[in-house]
Amino acid sequence: MSSLIIRELDCQRGYNQLFSHLSFQLNAGEVLRITGTNGSGKTSLLRMLAGISAHEHGEINWGNYSVNSNEYQQEIFYLGHQAALNGELSSLENLEFLSALNKTADQQLLIQALADIGLKGYEEEYCANLSAGQKRRVILAGLFVSTAKIWLLDEPFTALDPIGVSLVEHQIQQHCQQGGLCLFTSHQESVLVNQQVLAL
Amino acid sequence: MNIYIKTLNRDLRIALRNPSSIINPLLFFIISTSLFPLAISPEAATLSQIAAGIIWVSSMLAVLLSLNALFHHDYDNGVLEQMVSSHHSLPLLILSKIFAHWLLTSVPIILLSPLLGIFLFLDDEGIKILMITLLLATPSLSLIGSIGASLIVGIKNSGMLLSLLILPLYIPILIFATSAVSQAQFGLPIEGQLYFLAMFLALSLISAPFVSAIALKISLE
Repeated sequence: MSSLIIRELDCQRGYNQLFSHLSFQLNAGEVLRITGTNGSGKTSLLRMLAGISAHEHGEINWGNYSVNSNEYQQEIFYLGHQAALNGELSSLENLEFLSALNKTADQQLLIQALADIGLKGYEEEYCANLSAGQKRRVILAGLFVSTAKIWLLDEPFTALDPIGVSLVEHQIQQHCQQGGLCLFTSHQESVLVNQQVLAL
Repeated sequence: MNIYIKTLNRDLRIALRNPSSIINPLLFFIISTSLFPLAISPEAATLSQIAAGIIWVSSMLAVLLSLNALFHHDYDNGVLEQMVSSHHSLPLLILSKIFAHWLLTSVPIILLSPLLGIFLFLDDEGIKILMITLLLATPSLSLIGSIGASLIVGIKNSGMLLSLLILPLYIPILIFATSAVSQAQFGLPIEGQLYFLAMFLALSLISAPFVSAIALKISLE
């Protein structure tokens, strides 16, 4: 099992230095909760780890693979601020596309995932008609069926009800027991075991 | 089904559920073309001379009008981030989107152009060559347009900026396509123009998806 190693990472937005010389290591089975005030660079860090933003200094490595390698990109699932859903498509259609972008899962598995996350009966519903929490649940369903090892979750608990929150926490726990690793940003205290906290 | 066909399917499906995105450029094309006879002259001799130019300028502007939406929604709702962070080839994903854009905007225009050609007294040979040039050169419009669309994707109210960026690159296509039609009307050879348009298509096909991918990554930073 490989571990995720971040070395001497810098982040600058405009004239502001958000963080510098950030180094940490996350091993398989570990959870890292990233906290910090608004604008402290939590999202920027996750976007760097997802390979969306380039990093000028420092290194991001997973085992022997660097952040831009195909092998690394295959193993990440990035959940951003936005729902990544198109309002003109149904929840199942959106989910099918998103999971195909990450790794292909078959339709039966996706319907089951939607049911598991409490969206049974909403498969054919256009996403424009879903509530904020339901939209969040659609993309989380995609997360739960993905085979990616590294989960990068930006505010995964936003807009979720308490049952949804505990569901996500349960899934993170299970993912880590199976040897995955998870980095997420949150302002809420969570009860995950094996959790480390990084304060930016 | 592979991801690139899925991307194409997805874009087509979204557009069909929101038909105004297909109809608006097409209506613009029809309206602007049909205004010229009213403004210039209804005479057959005059119109047949300028028909190809009118149809080409109108279709170019119609394509330009639709380019803003190419990446806009996917940028707003975060799908673009998912595309960038996936392990699939971003240039090929973009190429699928460009192909969908061409099918949705240019193909209706090409199909409608003979009708408007007749309306502007273009002769049969002229209509044939007009359709060939449209078929050969409109894919270049979508391809080159995608570079501009990906550069401006994060900027608000950027319609004018897109025109400024893209129109200079469209000019050679316009010149060679319309001169092909007018030379054909005089019975002159047009291979040179068609070869140029084909060269332009080949060049933009191999470069535009890569340039767009780089531009999109910069826009997402």
